[in-house]
Amino acid sequence: MNEEKKSKQNIACLSGTGVTKIFGMGKEKTVAVDHVDFQFREGEIVSIVGESGSGKTTLTKMLLGLISVTEGEICFQGKPRDIKGYWKKKEYWKGIQAIFQDPFSSFNVFYKIDQVLLDCIKMRGGTRLSYEKKVELMTEACSFVNLKFEELTNKYPFELSGGQMQRLMIARIFLLKPAILLADEPTSMIDACSRATILDMLLKLRDETNMTIIFITHDIGLAFYISDSIYIMEHGKFVESGPAESVILNPQAVYTKRLINDVPKIHEEWDLSTV
Amino acid sequence: MGKTMLEVDHLKTKYVTRFGENVFAVDGVSIKIEEGKSLGIAGESGCGKSTLALSLMGYYFAPLHYQSGTIKVDGVNITGMKPDEIRKKVLGNEIAYIPQAAMNALNPTQKIFSFIEDVIKAHDPGVTKKDIYDLARERFEILGLPESVLKKHAVELSGGMRQRTVIAISTILSPKVLIADEPSSALDVTSQKMVIKMLKNLMEKGFIKSMIFITHELPLLYNVTDEIMVMYAGQIVEQGTAREMVFDPLHPYSKGLMGSILVPEKGAREAKLTAIPGTPPNLKNPPKGCRFADRCSYAKPACMLHQIAESHLENGRMFRCYLEEKELREVYRDE
Amino acid sequence: MKNQIRQIFHSPKFKVGFVIFAALLLLTFFYPLIVTDDPLEMVGQGNFFKPGTYISVTEAVNTDPYTLNMNTSSGRMEKNLSMEERMAMADWLGQFAGLSPKEMDVTDADGLVSLWKEHYDSSSEQKGLIAARKKYFSRLDKKITGLLEDRDILLAEKNKETGELSVKETIPSTSYVNVSDVGSRRVFILGTDNFGRDVLTELVAAIKTSLKIGFIAGLIATTIGLSLGLIAGYLGGFIDDLILFITNLFTVIPSFILLILISYSIGKNARGVMMVAIIIGLTSWTWTTRSVRSQVISLRNRDHVNLSKLSGHSLFRIILTDILPYIASYVVMALILQISSGILAEAQLSMIGLGPATTTVSTLGLMMNWAMSYSAHLNGDWWAYFPVIISIALISFSLNLMNTGLDQIFNPQLRE
Repeated sequence: MNEEKKSKQNIACLSGTGVTKIFGMGKEKTVAVDHVDFQFREGEIVSIVGESGSGKTTLTKMLLGLISVTEGEICFQGKPRDIKGYWKKKEYWKGIQAIFQDPFSSFNVFYKIDQVLLDCIKMRGGTRLSYEKKVELMTEACSFVNLKFEELTNKYPFELSGGQMQRLMIARIFLLKPAILLADEPTSMIDACSRATILDMLLKLRDETNMTIIFITHDIGLAFYISDSIYIMEHGKFVESGPAESVILNPQAVYTKRLINDVPKIHEEWDLSTV
Repeated sequence: MGKTMLEVDHLKTKYVTRFGENVFAVDGVSIKIEEGKSLGIAGESGCGKSTLALSLMGYYFAPLHYQSGTIKVDGVNITGMKPDEIRKKVLGNEIAYIPQAAMNALNPTQKIFSFIEDVIKAHDPGVTKKDIYDLARERFEILGLPESVLKKHAVELSGGMRQRTVIAISTILSPKVLIADEPSSALDVTSQKMVIKMLKNLMEKGFIKSMIFITHELPLLYNVTDEIMVMYAGQIVEQGTAREMVFDPLHPYSKGLMGSILVPEKGAREAKLTAIPGTPPNLKNPPKGCRFADRCSYAKPACMLHQIAESHLENGRMFRCYLEEKELREVYRDE
Repeated sequence: MKNQIRQIFHSPKFKVGFVIFAALLLLTFFYPLIVTDDPLEMVGQGNFFKPGTYISVTEAVNTDPYTLNMNTSSGRMEKNLSMEERMAMADWLGQFAGLSPKEMDVTDADGLVSLWKEHYDSSSEQKGLIAARKKYFSRLDKKITGLLEDRDILLAEKNKETGELSVKETIPSTSYVNVSDVGSRRVFILGTDNFGRDVLTELVAAIKTSLKIGFIAGLIATTIGLSLGLIAGYLGGFIDDLILFITNLFTVIPSFILLILISYSIGKNARGVMMVAIIIGLTSWTWTTRSVRSQVISLRNRDHVNLSKLSGHSLFRIILTDILPYIASYVVMALILQISSGILAEAQLSMIGLGPATTTVSTLGLMMNWAMSYSAHLNGDWWAYFPVIISIALISFSLNLMNTGLDQIFNPQLRE
């Protein structure tokens, strides 16, 4: 890694201190995310690993600005985030985008695929472009994810396979080119064989645009494979964080140790006596 | 060599959609399991592995239909039996089945013990409540489940505990074959490990004579079963011991599948993930030749033309490819 | 979309419901084209004429008669008195004339009639008999008297100057006319009602009006329910609490009581068909709101809605394109049920006299109300109310069947 790239990586493009989300009031109060601190650097691939109920989805939604933050502060590109009102949110979403877990429910099944891509062009200020130019942009985006636009145009989402839909989601990100991409379990509903394709495309996207990719996953093997740094989440708190190698191969927290120990392995023995 | 517990010969089943289209989900599957052995079936969603699990019980109801082939449980052919006969004589005491969402199948108004009572009384109405309780308590103790569970309702148990309870209930009659279809996929890793430990325990203690474990998670399969079958588009494309299958796959599809394994181990970051382009064929109208041919990077024109026969090796391995073992190893080595 | 419509017509339940409903609808369109009479024209002078063909007596007399040698006095009683009537006569004789059962033989009609003539007196006090039964016996007596008359009927003419009557024609008891020779006749397939109106024509008009009330009430209720449900479900927070509070308020007050109170308070003069439809619509939106709200809440957190937000779409657009299409099938089902319950609500209101205060149109409820207030159900005039009940039942049965059919298509869990 050269010096220039290294210095670029040190810029925190999304950070948070004491970020908390509390649902409900009084007796029914549940703390979904409990005072978490984080710092995601530009061009980095970060994984947030947690099991169901750990609060990782709530954190994702807070980062995306889809739900409000109860307490704490999130800084976006060095400045405290201000997303009050529709216009400011719209501006914020030009810089941060997401891919969701279930490709089948990510699309509005009543609209054709073209609509999704045209919306992206519109969001990037391309409303006035000629139709040919728009088609050119869409074709480029589709070919980036190894899809053919001619085969997809005028189709409805349910006519595609899960892998194709998820690739289309990446094409959408390619058109938008946000600074940060939150990928919420993007491969968990996809067959193992297509998983590598999706991951490769995300890595390519990072390499070409220096995008920060935040992976939200429960699959610790996947997190280890893809990320530069890992945050382990348990009951709304980060119990461990750091570079992927050190977190996975030399875990310190009890929870991380248990998690890694309980995942079935191939080269190492899977010790059944420890449960 | 142990006694053969389950022998399936060229089983073909289909299901019929609401528009009357046939989906040939299980197309000529042969399985042989000996006493004390476990077999894993791996495959991606839609390859027919869940349909196979249902078909193996011999209990067919719409939309699933039997076409041809035989299923022998401990030497007894069950394919000719009437559904009622199968329900009474086979299900529960010969073959037990655990579906993926089994833990949500318990009636919340009943206590755990009453399920066990129902299961046992359905097969032997003469047993007294006391005997059943003693049997249940003993079995629960061996399996590491607290006795207090017997008196609880399903809703009082956590997901992992509920799943283990369901397994204990369905194996209470010590079936010859246990078919587990993704029994731990909906659980967190620790609960998954507990479920696996319990299944292994059941095998060791002889409460189940053999097991078929179906999942899409290959590392899990590697750790649980003796042998692994890889299923693709309704057919078994390769079979071998777990070690052979994971470290030395022969069929191009199995090779792709094994190359996509992700585990948190040393060196896993450096490994190159393999990707297979394309999508599996539509089982309403399966291709004439090799079903994997259009996605296979080693495919030859001949692959598309003929149905590919199973090739059996001396050590009991089976694969379904136009190329021979030698040729396959050569093309892999050249890469 | 096309596929779904095809699926809907694959559902046998929907098909049956649709056929019944379409048949009723077509009836209301085409019947008035064939029978052009005013549905509320008072034809009959009197209450509840039986179903049947009515021919003009004058014309019958003036028509060339045919002589048929049959049915002279002997045996006439046997043929014309039904066993039921004979049993009733025996009952009466036993109860009020003190005759023992042994003296009467219901198989011997002539004997029974002579006993009847001897003892029956319509003015006698018949203790324990309801008015309708008394009427029945008096009608029976008239019938018997008529049957006993066996003389030729003389038609007389009055001389204009002298005022004397002279025989013009004699009609012997053997003379018959062919019904088709008589020009003036009217067929009342379902008889007439209390005002002498043709029940069938009136019924068809009533079905039309009731369907109209149902549609308007259903549309109003669904529109209000849908908009409130969408707003409450999607926005959440304080607005949700407020809308839910109002909805709960309307839910705890039984809507029928509300309906009665409003109908009563707006007064008789303002209560037209339209007004009743609007009132029904305004009181029955609550459950649509509640169910739409819960559907929207479950949709609100779906990924495609989140993605739409991230694409910078406005609130209005998200509701219109990402929420509404997903609940459209549900709303159509709700509308169908609202139409059905609107028709029933109108019938209920009219039954207790709070329906449309009008005599210029008929509704199913009003027909029931008229039949009831003129004691049709006590006098056994079934044609005045039974067809109405059947129509109401058919309408709500067909609508509910269509709804169940749709439900099976749109809710995969219910699929067989």
